[in-house]
Amino acid sequence: MTRATEAENPHSLVLRLPAESPLTLESGASLAPLQIAYQTYGTLNAEKSNAVLICHALTGDQHVASDNPVTGKPGWWISMVGPGKPVDTNRFFVICSNVIGGCMGSTGPASRKADDTIWGTEFPVITLADMVRAQARLIDHLGIETLLAVVGGSMGGMQVLSWASLFPSRVFSAMPIATAAKHSAQNIAFHEVGRQAVMADPEWQRGRYHAAGTKPVKGLSVARMAAHITYLSEGALQRKFGRNLQNRDAPTFSFDADFQVESYLRHQGFTFVERFDANSYLYLTRAMDYFDLAADHGGSLARAFWGTKTRFCVVSFTSDWLFPTADSRSIVKALNACGAPVSFVEIESDKGHDAFLLEEPNLFATTRGFLDAAASARGVT
Amino acid sequence: MTASPLRPDHALIASMVTAGARVLDVGCGDGALLAHLAREKGADARGIELSREGVAACVAKGLAVIQGDADTDLVDYPDDCFDFVILSQTLQATRQPRVVLEQMLRIGRNAIVAFPNFGHWRIRAAITLQGRMPVTENLPETWYNTPNIHFCTIRDFVALAEEIHAKIVRAEALDASGRPMGVKMPWWFWNLMGEQGVFWLARSS
Repeated sequence: MTRATEAENPHSLVLRLPAESPLTLESGASLAPLQIAYQTYGTLNAEKSNAVLICHALTGDQHVASDNPVTGKPGWWISMVGPGKPVDTNRFFVICSNVIGGCMGSTGPASRKADDTIWGTEFPVITLADMVRAQARLIDHLGIETLLAVVGGSMGGMQVLSWASLFPSRVFSAMPIATAAKHSAQNIAFHEVGRQAVMADPEWQRGRYHAAGTKPVKGLSVARMAAHITYLSEGALQRKFGRNLQNRDAPTFSFDADFQVESYLRHQGFTFVERFDANSYLYLTRAMDYFDLAADHGGSLARAFWGTKTRFCVVSFTSDWLFPTADSRSIVKALNACGAPVSFVEIESDKGHDAFLLEEPNLFATTRGFLDAAASARGVT
Repeated sequence: MTASPLRPDHALIASMVTAGARVLDVGCGDGALLAHLAREKGADARGIELSREGVAACVAKGLAVIQGDADTDLVDYPDDCFDFVILSQTLQATRQPRVVLEQMLRIGRNAIVAFPNFGHWRIRAAITLQGRMPVTENLPETWYNTPNIHFCTIRDFVALAEEIHAKIVRAEALDASGRPMGVKMPWWFWNLMGEQGVFWLARSS
């Protein structure tokens, strides 16, 4: 199974929208044909009131709670979503779709255009709002008017905020985790390093590597290595690796991966390129960079949520320096300013930004409590 | 949700809150008072709580509660967004009690403050007779590890209310069991006999 076939014929459900109903993008361009790859878990109740949409992060996909068809590994949020889990698929109908711009079956730079050639860098630049509008098409297709909850971390959290802002009446409750209402200068800077690494790889071929039969694995893997550091924390790196040497007793006085941390990062890079499209990485990081919800509302974040009835639960982690607690507090402040029912928890963790994907009992307890309360407020049994 | 019996001081505070009010409980703990207000008074109940455990308990009750503290987070709320702002057993632990009170009356039309009375005879006795900082059932911490850094007496509180031009709508002193001492007594008596003071303040118009 390769990435190219996954982009066209994913091992999941697929919604193929007719060319006559293109998606109008924020840039003004229109995107067609549009295909959305998604997974569902659990059963939609008769009232269609128990649907929970999970939004994935930058390099995630629709396989939130089932084995990934490319890597064969368990779903990326298997500890959070499933029978009896905090997002309980015995009670809730869980939907997770690959974002547009992605490479796991939703329309993106690795998909084919109407003329049957690969989009590559001719793919239009997309935004978080575009991703969410595409997801809304899927939710329409599933016949769901209002989602019980929209939940996601990092770029998934940005989608949660966009959902709540664009479609307030369709979001009963929202849980943005380890995220921000705008991408910071530092985060844009890290993304730019990653993109430059990809584009500096001669095999990138100005984005036409599919046609050229090459693959910019070196560039993409360096991008992943750099990004991976930002997902961890100094404390976590120290605890996991310290200055330990990799399978040797002394430094080799070379540029081999002497240190365990080097070996670990190289491994992260190697495995990433097996499952991810380099152009997708460019487009999705760009979409995050462009995200600034306040700027879309005359500079006022509160205006993005004015009059909202959605219940919010905002979560951050103490050691997350990529999306620090201050970012979450700005969201909370704006929601308070418009009188929205908002809860906020800062969870103690030394695992950095990645904490939201890991075993964090406090995150599980908060998620379970928030969703249970939302379900009972909406009369979902 | 089954209703556990409300603490007597909470019951007194709850009796002051009007039905359907927008309420912020600062230092709301596990949300017992907020849940009661939401259930019994139809209040739009919000909270601020320092401990993560407290916030988690509140979220599970369906309450909208923010992890934060009185000193730093009240400034983030716009003017007049609450009918009642409650501060129960927390004033003495704030860094700037006066600023906190002023903020409460900026974001809310009314403030309800419950605090331990440092003028109680037992506390006075501990200092004057034993020459030691008091350690009592209600204030069990020793001076070096107490979170309570700004103790005041009922009369001190009355003076502060005057200083910030707050109107005292209702005042009660509570006995050791947390029940109101009832009949109106002169301040000096409450200041000597009350274990706690509960004050309902409003902006003076």
